Amino acid sequence: MATKKNPLAKNRITKRRLREWGYGYLFLLPWIVGVCIFFVYSMATSLNYSVHKIVFDQGVQTQPLEFWYKNYVDVFTLETDLPTTLGSFTISLVLQLPIIIAFSLIIAMLLNGNIRCRSVFRMIFFLPVIIATGPVMNMLTAQGVATVPMMSDGSLTQLLGNLPTFISEPITELFNSLILILWNSGIQILIFLSGLQKVSSTMYEAAKIDGANGWESFWKITLPILKPIILLNSVYTVVALATGGNNEIIELIYSATYLTPWTKGYSYGMAFSWIYTAIIGVVLLVVFLLLKEKSDKHVVYEQKRIKLH
Amino acid sequence: MRLSMPLKGARKDYYKKKLLGSNDRRGWIMSFVVYLLLITIAFIYLYPVLYMFSRSLMGKNDLLDASAKWIPSSVTLSNYNSAIATMDYWNSLWKNLAIALVSTLCQVFVCSLAGYAFARYNFPGKMIWMGVLILSFLLPAQTIAVPNFLLFNSFKLVDGTLKPFIITSILGQGFKSCLCILIFYNFHRQVPQSLIEAAEIDGAGHIKAYFQIAIPLSAAAIIVVTLFSFVWYWNEVDLVRTYLGSTNDRNTGLTTLMLELNKFEDSYNAVYATHAQSTTSTNRLNDAIKMAGTMLSIAPMMLMYFFLQKQFVESVDKAGITGE
Repeated sequence: MATKKNPLAKNRITKRRLREWGYGYLFLLPWIVGVCIFFVYSMATSLNYSVHKIVFDQGVQTQPLEFWYKNYVDVFTLETDLPTTLGSFTISLVLQLPIIIAFSLIIAMLLNGNIRCRSVFRMIFFLPVIIATGPVMNMLTAQGVATVPMMSDGSLTQLLGNLPTFISEPITELFNSLILILWNSGIQILIFLSGLQKVSSTMYEAAKIDGANGWESFWKITLPILKPIILLNSVYTVVALATGGNNEIIELIYSATYLTPWTKGYSYGMAFSWIYTAIIGVVLLVVFLLLKEKSDKHVVYEQKRIKLH
Repeated sequence: MRLSMPLKGARKDYYKKKLLGSNDRRGWIMSFVVYLLLITIAFIYLYPVLYMFSRSLMGKNDLLDASAKWIPSSVTLSNYNSAIATMDYWNSLWKNLAIALVSTLCQVFVCSLAGYAFARYNFPGKMIWMGVLILSFLLPAQTIAVPNFLLFNSFKLVDGTLKPFIITSILGQGFKSCLCILIFYNFHRQVPQSLIEAAEIDGAGHIKAYFQIAIPLSAAAIIVVTLFSFVWYWNEVDLVRTYLGSTNDRNTGLTTLMLELNKFEDSYNAVYATHAQSTTSTNRLNDAIKMAGTMLSIAPMMLMYFFLQKQFVESVDKAGITGE
């Protein structure tokens, strides 16, 4: 039975295998120790605390609650802002995600194309990666720099005034945060760019010989090849937007945990963040299902190809 | 790479083909559209920086004067002086550099090891550890921030020193470590195994093969990860605040420029408190001073980027940070 379970037993050079295992774990050792202490253990503690009441009495003591999910219920009853914040977060996520993906893809393709002063443009376009950060963006938003200049003189507002409010409002919102959206897509541009560079030019040449124009080869070649990267980028974008410093829900969690320790406190904050984690998980799942390859053949084939090499 | 010009009748077609994605020559109209787009977006990226810069040089009169929107009528550096005093700039700068450099170096080394292990070796439980890696990337840091903080506290680590930064980064749990590991993993996976096996046949042990073959080969990835994690550490606020402790202040313990920028208003009022009471109007915190502070806190990053941008851009090309 043991031989059946272990396919490696068939392998003649078991000693070498064993050594490989050993070195694999040796190289991985620092990370494994770290992940066990600071991730696995902390996650378990966090879950444990979220179903208890924490008392600071010669170290941290946990006391049982009236019922184990009380903190979770409390989050829904005490956080009166939660539904609206969550709603606006979801709406902005749904609006921002396609825009960030589309913009960063367009920019990456522009930068990947045959252009003059490419290094200058690249230098400017990677600027957000360097300086788009919480405090700096807060300062800029407070200054009103983070909006399109057209908004302030009212020409666009007038144009949108003819539309019904439920359409014009998100659009206004969108234009207002357009610069911020573009500023948030630095990493995504990088990821698309390095993905585009892996697409071999022979494919385009072959398509061109077969009579495809640029538009067609974009939809038939570039996009299918980039599809896994689009998924990766979407996941990254969701995670970045959901856990970024400017997120309102994170602010709520932060203030619940640290600023109101007597009414809410640590265990409440942890229950809150687990609820939030679950929400992000659902969002990621939806993104994943939407962008998953309809037939996974391409990916599987690619993976097999990579493994063969 | 230029193909020969097609026949005249095919010219219309020729322009169409150049719409997107092709590497050949482009028609005039397309070029115009492309450069217009590039310049517009470049302007959007530069606009806040330019605004910040011009604002930071303005005197009080220019701030109120609507006509002086872009070019200050008289350039003044007094805003920078105020901002330097408010943030205790040079002191904060050195402390920030210490945090970012030490954490980055530890992080790069450990993440390189882990990425190499995942890419090069097969061992039982590899998939489980990969799963843990992905999970730790997806889980919001806030979820485990408090237990980590309590853990640090129980070991008396949070005392405004480098200890928490070193310990987390040397154990591969620094800021965005998972991303760094994934970059290294992707890179080492592309390196032909035969190179490393050849070295092993020649008598190099596994460790020697890593240090003498794998590390030099992964120079591009090392540059990318180093630059990225330096930038990430520089820009991080929440984590740094947790690691340094809430009672920490810049005179006794470490600090970062982003932390200082975050509490700019309070610090300003503290520094100029006596003046503010006597002459409220002259020493009030204004936008120009805030912008000067923002400029100052991103200045080191901008400088680094300016000098290293070639390496940055090129190694991003080479490192292939995408995961397929």
